[in-house]
Amino acid sequence: MSEEQGGAGGSFEDRLKAARGRRGLDAPSAQSGKRSGDDLPSGVSPWGIGLRVGVELVSALVVAVAIGYGLDWVFGTRPILTAVFVPVGGVAGVLNVYRMFAPKRGENGGAHNG
Amino acid sequence: MAAEGSSSIDALSQFKLSTALGPIGASVNFTQSNLMMVIAGLLTLALLWVGMRPRAMVPGRLQAAAEMAYETILSMCTETIGPEGRKFFPFVFTLFFFILFGNLMGVFPYAFTFTSHIAVTLALSLLVFVLVTVVALKEHGLHFFSYFVPAGVPKVLTPLMVLIEVISYLSRIISLSVRLFANMMAGHVMLEVFGAFIVMLGAAGLIGWIPAGLSLAVNTALIGFELLVATLQAYVFAVLTCIYLHDAVHLH
Repeated sequence: MSEEQGGAGGSFEDRLKAARGRRGLDAPSAQSGKRSGDDLPSGVSPWGIGLRVGVELVSALVVAVAIGYGLDWVFGTRPILTAVFVPVGGVAGVLNVYRMFAPKRGENGGAHNG
Repeated sequence: MAAEGSSSIDALSQFKLSTALGPIGASVNFTQSNLMMVIAGLLTLALLWVGMRPRAMVPGRLQAAAEMAYETILSMCTETIGPEGRKFFPFVFTLFFFILFGNLMGVFPYAFTFTSHIAVTLALSLLVFVLVTVVALKEHGLHFFSYFVPAGVPKVLTPLMVLIEVISYLSRIISLSVRLFANMMAGHVMLEVFGAFIVMLGAAGLIGWIPAGLSLAVNTALIGFELLVATLQAYVFAVLTCIYLHDAVHLH
């Protein structure tokens, strides 16, 4: 313990981290890579992924149809806006799915996400 | 609960609401779903309250469970959202344990799973959605709307992309709620169907006993599966809430 006093310059957190590292109490930092990977813990069953993809696709479509139908109702242009919004909703669904599997932007920079 | 008259499988009546707590509940429409919600809330409180009562340096089982629960959610918040995540810890913790206890209690016989109602999950996801939007507006003001304008898109396509982004953003409400609701409802329907198989085949005499036994085995496995789904879905709901909060705080 006494040799620990030498590094008193560091904060308590640093010294604690160093001490924990020496005792092997902290898992190696592979842990941090896992979290930023996807929203789900790795090892989710194919069923789970399939269900998620389906839900993502359909939910965007539901929202789009709701918006289109609502606007049609407001403006009295019955089929037109619904028909316009359905493909847009489909695209949004595909975008949702793409986001699920897209390579994650690191912590903050990088790849597409708008 | 099981099939009546052993002629048809009535898998959906288990989700019917009825009033609880006798005449008092009936007069204010206090359903068994509400009762289970209250119990879920009380159980969450009890886990922390009773668990942390000993305040031992070396925790006992319940205290260890309470501490692990606290630390898991805290690290989920800080790792996913960032250092600002501490602010949202109470919300995520409450959300996670409310859903977790709701899901887990539903596995018990005669219990009601309130997360198997889309009204409940939709209310939860609307709560998350409104919170995320309010946080984003508060953190970034009107700059928040730049969230919907993706970078590096040709000017001609921008209106279309904004429309798509807005729909994608709004679809979070649906996907968050439907995922939890569908998982819970599907699991309980399966349990009910196989439960009905046991009764119907068992009543069919000697030939039916073997398939009835198989159904019983399937149901046993399903209960275990249901426990997994209950925990996983509560976790997914909480993690997605954290990810949405991350987007709200950082806007990337």
